[in-house]
Amino acid sequence: MPVSASDPYDLAVIGAGSAGLAGAVTAAGLGLSVALLDAAPQTGGQFYRHPARAIGAARPEALHHDWAAFAALRRRLERSDVRHLPGHHVWAVTQEDGEQWAVHAVTGADGTAERSVRVRARTVLLATGAYERQLPFPGWTVPGVVGAGGAQAMLKSGLVLPGKRIVVAGSGPLLLAVASSLAVAGARVPAVIEASGYLGYARHPRALAAHPHKLVEAAVHGAALLRHRVRLCTRSAVTEVHGTERVAAVTVTRLDRDWRPVRGTGRRIDCDALAVGHGLVPQIELATALGCATRRTTDGTLALTLDALQETSVRGLWAAGETGGVGGTQLALAEGELAGLAAAARLHGHPVHEGRLRALRRRRDRMRAFAEAMAVSHAPAAGWTDWLTDDTEVCRCEEVTAGTIRAAVSGLGAHDARTVKLLTRAGMGWCQGRMCGTATACLAAGEGAAEPPAAHRPVEPPAERRPLAVPVPLSALAASPDEPAGGRPDTAPADGD
Amino acid sequence: MARTPAELAGANSGAPFEITMDGRPVPALPGQSVAAALWSAGILAWRTTRTTGRPRGAFCGIGQCYDCLATINGEPNRRACLVPARPGDAITTQEGHGHARIGV
Ligand code: FES
Repeated sequence: MPVSASDPYDLAVIGAGSAGLAGAVTAAGLGLSVALLDAAPQTGGQFYRHPARAIGAARPEALHHDWAAFAALRRRLERSDVRHLPGHHVWAVTQEDGEQWAVHAVTGADGTAERSVRVRARTVLLATGAYERQLPFPGWTVPGVVGAGGAQAMLKSGLVLPGKRIVVAGSGPLLLAVASSLAVAGARVPAVIEASGYLGYARHPRALAAHPHKLVEAAVHGAALLRHRVRLCTRSAVTEVHGTERVAAVTVTRLDRDWRPVRGTGRRIDCDALAVGHGLVPQIELATALGCATRRTTDGTLALTLDALQETSVRGLWAAGETGGVGGTQLALAEGELAGLAAAARLHGHPVHEGRLRALRRRRDRMRAFAEAMAVSHAPAAGWTDWLTDDTEVCRCEEVTAGTIRAAVSGLGAHDARTVKLLTRAGMGWCQGRMCGTATACLAAGEGAAEPPAAHRPVEPPAERRPLAVPVPLSALAASPDEPAGGRPDTAPADGD
Repeated sequence: MARTPAELAGANSGAPFEITMDGRPVPALPGQSVAAALWSAGILAWRTTRTTGRPRGAFCGIGQCYDCLATINGEPNRRACLVPARPGDAITTQEGHGHARIGV
């Protein structure tokens, strides 16, 4: 334990979801002093998102799988010396004089409390999770169209639904989970529209067989969908939303193998909301700003390159969970624990418990293989850009249309997302390309160009380097150099909860 | 079978309180975000875009997309999906932009 308040922590963990929690309690259990920073008012991350205590949910587990695993972690956290810093929006991690890190954050429910905090630490574990990948289509900005993960998040934390009759669409295993929780919570879900097939899984029988847990999960969702008479339509997509002030209906169209709409197959489904998403993208900008090496995952997203013990290519900076490639909560738990063990071994020269290490690594490798098999089955194929009309908005923040981007590509010779961004402002708005990055990169790469097989087609990341990971009030930026350089923030504001 | 999410989760919060959306009263549960309170009142849009003036509300639900920006008690550009509702909060439709306070 540090002896004075100005000493750095041994480990700063960024993100209090499954990976970060597992890493923090593991490291603290081995004697490290740990600070755990998270933007949310309470722990759990996205998977274990749950209502604030004030809502008085007697059964928060009703909307969750494996709640027991989270409850156990939370108990371990409460009994530990980990300093939990909720409501801390981390906007940068920097390295100070070689060996030491500084984690910079702004506080408050939405980062506007204008208190600037700097936490110093000897090592850092990045467990920032992922956000949803979106592909645009006509009408996707109409109110009532929400992210599939967004609908899930609002349901888990606020106990609300965006409508009464909600179509769920996109691709990836998350859709089934979202549809089943919406239906269980009282929404009518007429259909789940999945752009891929599930046949891809059959090509990975070994990965599937090694994961009874995943099969059970799928069966649970499947049963809920059957019970609520939810139809699953594969190889289809929502290609248009009807309504101006809010969603009135959607058009669902069959897709060919390359995700091109099949002419004449459109049919209308009445609904008052659409929950849509195409898988998840690792949230890694804090690491890429430091120059950490990255890799393409099987569905074309960018993830951190990690060694056998979860360390990034930058010494002293570990990563766990979705930052190393989207793989779900079980994988995140194993990786967080591995990273915690590794950081403790580095700092304290603890001989790592070999048996535990081997078991964790075996589990991790198996689950990674499964996740990658699953990802490849749901990777967007090149033909999806045929869903776009010229006036479809691609960049929601800057209201840049597909037509404008196509003109920049064909007329002005832009061939990458960066050039398109400079010419059109796509990706320059509030979200810094998180919502439109995939689409812009695909359009910039040019339709009809010679491409690798669809599933392996690289998709450029939303923005590999952002100067600041979250928008920061200018006053906070201006104030930050005056903050005490001590490892311990003076106070830990706990907003909300 | 649950008919509402609150029933499903066995929510037993304190008494609902009131916030307003453009002057219209909207009930909120303690612990709910501003966006959640608006959704449960059937309000899905509380911002208009800068260029085309189209309506927008919450999209990502987790603080990433900035579609849910609202003016809360006179302060623009608050992410309604993150900000907890407090009794008496006055939410007003945010029109156009409000880049003034934010870097990036
Ligand atoms: S809904 Fe995306 S930031 Fe609030």
